[in-house]
Amino acid sequence: MNTELLGQLLINGIVVGALYGVVAMSFVLIYKASQVVNFAQGEFLLIGAWTCWWLLTKWQLPFIWGFGFTLVFMTLFGLLLQVVVLRPMIGEPIISVIMVTIGLSIFFQALMKWMFGVFAQPFPPIFETGQVDVLGLRIQTVYVMSLGISVVIMAVFAWFFKFSRMGLAMRATAFNQQVAQSLGISVRTVFALSWAISAVVSSVAGVVVAVVNGVSSALSFYGIKVFPAVILGGLDSVVGAVLGGLIVGLLENFAHFLDAEYLNWGNMYQVAPFYVLIVILMIKPYGLFGTKDIERV
Amino acid sequence: MSVTTDAGARPSERPAQGAAKPPLLSVNNIEVVYNDVILVLRGLSLQVPEGEIVALLGANGAGKSTTLKAISGLLKTEDGEVTRGEVVFAGERIDGTDPDRIVRKGIFQVMEGRRIIADMTCLENLRLGAFTRRDAGVKQDIEMVYEYFPRLKERTGLAGYLSGGEQQMLAIGRALMARPRLILMDEPSMGLSPLLVKEVFGIIRQINRDLGVTILLVEQNARMALQAASYGYIMESGKVVLDGTASELEGNEDVKEFYLGGGDERRSFRNLKSFKRRKRWL
Ligand SMILES: Nc1ncnc2c1ncn2[C@@H]1O[C@H](COP(=O)(O)OP(=O)(O)OP(=O)(O)O)[C@@H](O)[C@H]1O
Ligand SMILES: [Mg+2]
Repeated sequence: MNTELLGQLLINGIVVGALYGVVAMSFVLIYKASQVVNFAQGEFLLIGAWTCWWLLTKWQLPFIWGFGFTLVFMTLFGLLLQVVVLRPMIGEPIISVIMVTIGLSIFFQALMKWMFGVFAQPFPPIFETGQVDVLGLRIQTVYVMSLGISVVIMAVFAWFFKFSRMGLAMRATAFNQQVAQSLGISVRTVFALSWAISAVVSSVAGVVVAVVNGVSSALSFYGIKVFPAVILGGLDSVVGAVLGGLIVGLLENFAHFLDAEYLNWGNMYQVAPFYVLIVILMIKPYGLFGTKDIERV
Repeated sequence: MSVTTDAGARPSERPAQGAAKPPLLSVNNIEVVYNDVILVLRGLSLQVPEGEIVALLGANGAGKSTTLKAISGLLKTEDGEVTRGEVVFAGERIDGTDPDRIVRKGIFQVMEGRRIIADMTCLENLRLGAFTRRDAGVKQDIEMVYEYFPRLKERTGLAGYLSGGEQQMLAIGRALMARPRLILMDEPSMGLSPLLVKEVFGIIRQINRDLGVTILLVEQNARMALQAASYGYIMESGKVVLDGTASELEGNEDVKEFYLGGGDERRSFRNLKSFKRRKRWL
C-alpha cells in the first residue's frame, strides 16, 4: 500500500474538508435564519475570489489590502442581495425562493465569465516558501494557511453564536420569528445580516481556494459540495455542517485513493460523497446531527 | 392602515380615570381584523394607569390575546391589523408600529404559553430578554431575576426541558430583563398547579410593587387576577362589557356567577349571557 499517497490524501481531505465545512456553515446560517435554501452559495466563493484577484493583479494592491477590500465588498454585496432580491420574496412559496437563488447562481456565473473571461487565472504568490515541514511531512504552506483560516472562522462562529448579542438574536430568529420579534429583535435585520455574514465567510473560502488552485468557475462547485455536507450534518446544525464538510473532504480523498490504487474506475472522487449521503439518509433522515424540535407542552 | 375615525375620541377629551394624570396606556375604540376578513375586536377601549396592575378577563375566544397583540404590535406577525381606533402609549400613538420598535418604547409582552426558546439555556433566554438594552446593568438584572426565581439559577440545561412552572418563571424573568414600563401578561397561570399559581401571582405583585412596572394581566383565573389587580375589564366577543375597580368586580353578582364560581372549579362559559355594558367611556 502506498502510505505516502495515503498520508498526502489524508491531509488533503482535512484541508479541503475544513473548507467545505466553512462553506457549509455559511449555507446553514442562511437556511437557519431565513429558511432559504441558497443555491448561489458557490457563487459567493467565485465572486469573492475574482474580486480579490482583480484588486491584486489590476490594482497591484498588497495582499492584505486586496483581501480587506474584498471582505468589505462581499459584506455589502450579501446585504444588498438580501435587501433587494430576497426581502421582497418573504412570504412567497419556498419553491419560488429556490428558483430565485438558482437564477442568481446562473446569473452570477455568466456575469463572472463576461467580466473576467472563461480561463482560469493563477493567483499572485503570497508566501515565499512553497512548503513547510510539519511533523516530518512536507506540506504546502498554502495548505497550512488554509486550514488555519478555516479553524479561525469556525472558532469565531462558535463564539459569535454562543456569546454575542446579535448571535443570540439570530438563533432566536431561527427558533421562532414571532418570539424573536416579541423580544425586540428586528427579523429583517437578522435576515440581512445572515446573508452578509454568509457571503463574506464564503468569499474567504473562495480566496483561500483561489490562492491554492487559481481562480476559475470551478470554484462554484463548492456550492454543490455543500449539499452532501449539510445533509450529512443535518440542515439545521452548524456543528453538523462542519463535521459533514470534513467527512465529505475525507471521503473524496479516500475514494480517490481506493480508485487510484485498486479499482481504476475513474471519477470516484466526485461521486463517492453522494453515495454515502444516500446511505446515511436512509439510516438517519435528519442527518447525523440534525434535531427534531424539543416538544414540551 | 389605521385611521382615527369619528368614533375614536382624543385622549384629552375622555373623562380621566381617578387623577387628572393621563393613563400610561390607552386603547381607544379599536377594531382588529385578521387576514383582512375576520373581525375580532369591535370597538374595544381600556386604560392602564402607570404603576398599576389591570386585569383583562373574559371567556375563551373573547379576544383577550388579540387585544394584547394589538398593543404589542405582534398582531402584524399573524396577519392581523388595527383597522380603526388608536393605541396610545406614554402620549404617543403606537398602533401600526413594528413589534420590535414597540419593545424599545417600553412594552413587553409575555405571550400565552410562555414561548421561551427551547434550544437555549435559561441564561441565554434571559440575556435575550435584554436584547434591546445597551447599558451596563444587564449582569446585575440577571442576578435580580435569580433572586425572584432562585430555582432558575440551578437549571443549567436547555430551557425546553424545564417544567411548565419554571418556564413561566423564565418567561417573566425574561420580560424583566427588558426593563419595560409596561408588561402585557397573557395567562400566566395556564397549566400550573394551584400552588404554583399562588407563587407566580405573588411574584407578579412583588414585581409591580418593587420595580413599579405597570402590568396588564390577561387571565382565565379571575379570582387570582382580581386579587392582584386594582382595576379590571371584562370582555366578550371583542368588546368590553363591564369594568370597574377590582373590589367592585369581585362584589358584582354577574361576575360572581360566571367568573368566580365556587372554589377553584370554573363554570362552563357556554351559557354565558351577554352583559350589558354599564358604563361607557366613549
Ligand atoms: N391569527 C389569527 N387568525 C385568525 N383568527 C384568529 C387569530 N388569532 C385569533 N383569532 C380569532 O380571534 C378570536 C379571539 O382570539 P383570542 O386568541 O384573542 O382569544 P382569547 O380571548 O385570548 O381566548 P383564550 O382565552 O382561549 O386564549 C378567536 O375567535 C380566534 O379564532
Ligand atoms: Mg388567549
